[in-house]
Amino acid sequence: MTLATVTTDNDQTSQPTSRFEDRYNKRLYHKRRLINRLGLGFAISAIAFGLFWLTWILLTLFVEGFQGLIEMPVFMADTPPPMGDGGLRNAIIGSLMIALLGLAIGTPVGMMAGIYLAEFSQGSLLGKVTRFLNDILLSAPSIVIGLFVYALMVKGQSFSGWAGAVALALIVIPIVVRTTENMLNLVPNTLREAAYALGTPKWKLISTVTLKAAKAGLTTGVLLAFARITGETAPLLFTALNNQYFSTDMSQPMANLPNTIYQFAMSPYDNWHALAWAAALLITMTVLIVNILARFIGGKDHTR
Amino acid sequence: MTDLLERKAVKQENKQNVSQRGLFGQSFSNIDQGSQKHQGQQPDSAFLTQQTVADIPQHMPPAKMSIRDLNFYYGDFQALKNINIDIPDKKVTAFIGPSGCGKSTLLRTFNRMYDLYPGMRAEGNINLDGKNILGKDIDVNLLRAQVGMVFQKPTPFPMSIYDNVAFGVRLYEKLSKAEMDNRVEWALKKAALWLEVKDKLRASGLSLSGGQQQRLCIARGVATKPEVLLLDEPTSALDPISTGAIEELITDLKNDYTIAIVTHNMQQAARVSDYTAYMYLGDMVEMGETDQIFTNPAQKATEDYITGRYG
Repeated sequence: MTLATVTTDNDQTSQPTSRFEDRYNKRLYHKRRLINRLGLGFAISAIAFGLFWLTWILLTLFVEGFQGLIEMPVFMADTPPPMGDGGLRNAIIGSLMIALLGLAIGTPVGMMAGIYLAEFSQGSLLGKVTRFLNDILLSAPSIVIGLFVYALMVKGQSFSGWAGAVALALIVIPIVVRTTENMLNLVPNTLREAAYALGTPKWKLISTVTLKAAKAGLTTGVLLAFARITGETAPLLFTALNNQYFSTDMSQPMANLPNTIYQFAMSPYDNWHALAWAAALLITMTVLIVNILARFIGGKDHTR
Repeated sequence: MTDLLERKAVKQENKQNVSQRGLFGQSFSNIDQGSQKHQGQQPDSAFLTQQTVADIPQHMPPAKMSIRDLNFYYGDFQALKNINIDIPDKKVTAFIGPSGCGKSTLLRTFNRMYDLYPGMRAEGNINLDGKNILGKDIDVNLLRAQVGMVFQKPTPFPMSIYDNVAFGVRLYEKLSKAEMDNRVEWALKKAALWLEVKDKLRASGLSLSGGQQQRLCIARGVATKPEVLLLDEPTSALDPISTGAIEELITDLKNDYTIAIVTHNMQQAARVSDYTAYMYLGDMVEMGETDQIFTNPAQKATEDYITGRYG
């Protein structure tokens, strides 16, 4: 039976075949080429549509924002009363303090949870539940987080920079958990085995080998989390609120850029509008720079 | 058209035959039937006799490791079946056999590498200097410091060349700067890498080429001076010159260490090893002195593999 198959196979291949140009189905080919062009056309017009709005937004932002930056002493003065002259100094400092503190609280917690998920959980129930809850937290509307911190730290007490930082930390944690776990999972298992084969204890392996191997990815994750929280408005609305005056007291309401934009843009005053544009530009530029930095650090990993 | 259909049917039938044969072979692998034999086709493990304790070669040097009734499972799949061999002290033992026969799996039980993965388990005894290393009371970190391993693919750590070699040493020894320098140089010389890296010891281990990385990993494995060194196809990524250097290293190291090497290169096995074990589909077919295995194997299956009729 097997032998017979082999002979028929031989008969088939020994027949001379005509040239490819003569025997291929031209209609089939042209039809496919047409579909290809149609698809490409749709894709390009979709890109153009998206880019159009994006460019418009950025252009408006740059034009209006730069006007504000030039006309007002943005970095030198605090937020002014209506119709007066002023800048954004208190809001910039406040935003930086809240965001950096939020990052400082959220990063260690997120990293350790991510390390647990990637290195220790190994399909355990706790690992699965943690991962699932983290995914929920990751996509939770930020206003819910703001409301939660409001109930926890503000209600019955007072609005404070601490509450704002905690709210932002709650946004940082799931992002860092996710990137840490993903980046550690990218570290090849052969590397872990090689370390274990030398008799390395697990904590030593994680702290000296896998974390080092994933360093670029982890930094990228933290930077992206920072970019995300610099623009968050809702969680600060209930927590840090806003402050007209310069203050570095974390237990008092604190000025911050997103809420300044929110307050100033809704007002009828022109000088507040200009400052709102300037603040929006500042936030956008920060996000842009952090993203470029993250790309740079993340990309360095592969070229080394 | 009918011709085509017919051929398809025949092909399917052939496939079924193959899969049935596979199942048959596994489920009856321990039974010696030894009747039908297809010339030029894969030998069935049903046609070979499993090596037992009684078959362990006489006049062997004292055993560093003795493996008794070792069974290994990946979940439900049994990858090693009743392995019984001795790994002689201060000799090189080579494991040969076709892909998937369990050589690497066997090697990875010697330092309990399988421990890292849930669902893998080993039953039986592996006695290292008379102590069962499969026991629950064994500290695997200490075991692995004692039983070193070098893998098939290079795995340099993301740190400098010097730190890569010193990594394992620092875990269990406290050496002065000068002593450590000496140790690193010694290990790198042993792995035939010293001349290439002596001027850039602070460069990242990842900056080396693939072959250099592998020699770095061998240096790292040797630097801790383990009593037993497991080599899992250590030269499959190396050029002939580096391979020659590593083979010299193996010959040199066996004065002090016990070495177990898995290799697909039978010339290599013949060149470097004192004892050779042939495995097939999870069975230990035959183990003996390398000369005897390669010139006068006791089993037909071993002879077929060695002479290249299969494999």
